[in-house]
Amino acid sequence: MIDRKFKVVVIGGSAGSFQVVTKILSEIRPDFELPIIMCMHRLKHVRNGFVEALSIKSRLPIVEPRDKEQIKKGTVYLAPANYHMSVELAHYFALSTEEMVNNSRPAIDITIDTTSYVYRTKTLGILLSGANKDGAWGMKRVVDRGGYTIVQDPAECTINTMPTAALAITPINEVLKTNQIIAFLNSL
Amino acid sequence: MVEEIELSELKKLAVFIKDRFQYDFTNYAVSSFKRRIQRVMELYKLSSVDEIIRKLSSEPAFIRTFVSELTVNVTEMFRDPSLWRVLRDKILPNLFSIQDEVKIWHAGCASGEEVYTMALVLHEQGWLDRVKVVATDIDQGIIKRAQEGKYSYKNMLDINGKNYVRYEGTNKLSDYYKEDGQTCVMDKNLLRNVAFKEHDLVRSGVLGKFDIVLCRNVMIYFNQTLQNDVFKLFHQSLNSYGYLVIGSKETLVWCDIANKFITVNNEEKVFKKVRD
Repeated sequence: MIDRKFKVVVIGGSAGSFQVVTKILSEIRPDFELPIIMCMHRLKHVRNGFVEALSIKSRLPIVEPRDKEQIKKGTVYLAPANYHMSVELAHYFALSTEEMVNNSRPAIDITIDTTSYVYRTKTLGILLSGANKDGAWGMKRVVDRGGYTIVQDPAECTINTMPTAALAITPINEVLKTNQIIAFLNSL
Repeated sequence: MVEEIELSELKKLAVFIKDRFQYDFTNYAVSSFKRRIQRVMELYKLSSVDEIIRKLSSEPAFIRTFVSELTVNVTEMFRDPSLWRVLRDKILPNLFSIQDEVKIWHAGCASGEEVYTMALVLHEQGWLDRVKVVATDIDQGIIKRAQEGKYSYKNMLDINGKNYVRYEGTNKLSDYYKEDGQTCVMDKNLLRNVAFKEHDLVRSGVLGKFDIVLCRNVMIYFNQTLQNDVFKLFHQSLNSYGYLVIGSKETLVWCDIANKFITVNNEEKVFKKVRD
């Protein structure tokens, strides 16, 4: 499908993305090797339950990383409630409680931006359904640094503000439905 | 958004500040340090790291503002309500059952929400006059704000008040402040046993011996080298069987002092010093 070796997948999503992510993780190849870094908007005061809910159907292990936790292959990482999640150059996570960005903490822009800063052209950025524009700027950074980008087809999104915002500020490589995103990932 | 700052530029700035002023940011975590520098550049209309250096050279007093902007002061009262229940129901009763007075250090107290939180817990349990509390921060300006105890009405309602309800306190949070327009002013009497001090975890050293040290979501801004050093400082600052409380996503497992502590509550990140 695409002749490039990715080193990481970074996914952002908000309203309407939970079902999409659940479907992706339940149909992804169990031997999928790349780390998947996810930032999804979530209730800030609910610390537990999200990973557990996603894990029920996931074929890959999901963790909320601790501060300075090393990034490993074949693992799905979810930004914890009420923390921004960044990737550092030595391939570990750094958490922070800085001000909200786009009214969000965790902010998708921060996770996608720092991931693409570290993995450059080896970054695959995916932005899903959502009700605000968080993540659009991050996707632009992926594009600026030569990474590859996919947004969920706005026609399929429960709320399409997020992918539409990305499409408005930067060229995006692919606009795909959930099944196509899964096929894309499984072809890597 | 300003242009991307190069790593070498960040390093140059940190080294300049270390040589010229007493602050050492060379071991701060890079991604958040970079965002804070970008923030300073946007706020003060400075277009490059060199411009920051020029401004700090010609106007050394700017370092105070710079440090204020650089450090992250976002905090909440009763952040992680379940932790405060554990402190109220387990940790504090344990300490008060064996000693008359308990010494507490809030390391990196920012605008003081956690200091008031602890004071409220102690007050509601009738322990407020059995503690000596020290609250420290690197930033003089934020310490003044903590002492004033003025918080926005919106945060008080949306964040602090809701956390307090989840904590299951005995009163209403609004019993402890007066509304003044868009601001809520905390009851200063709650701070009667609190001493505020300027203290930099990187270089200021041991302040005394404490029974509880709380340092939550401060060390996430440090790299692992510096975290290791600060954990040593906390170990030296704790009495035997004293408690260390860190942020819910922080860990000390890989640090040199890890084997000198036992885990009291892994979910709430409460550790106990068991070896000197």
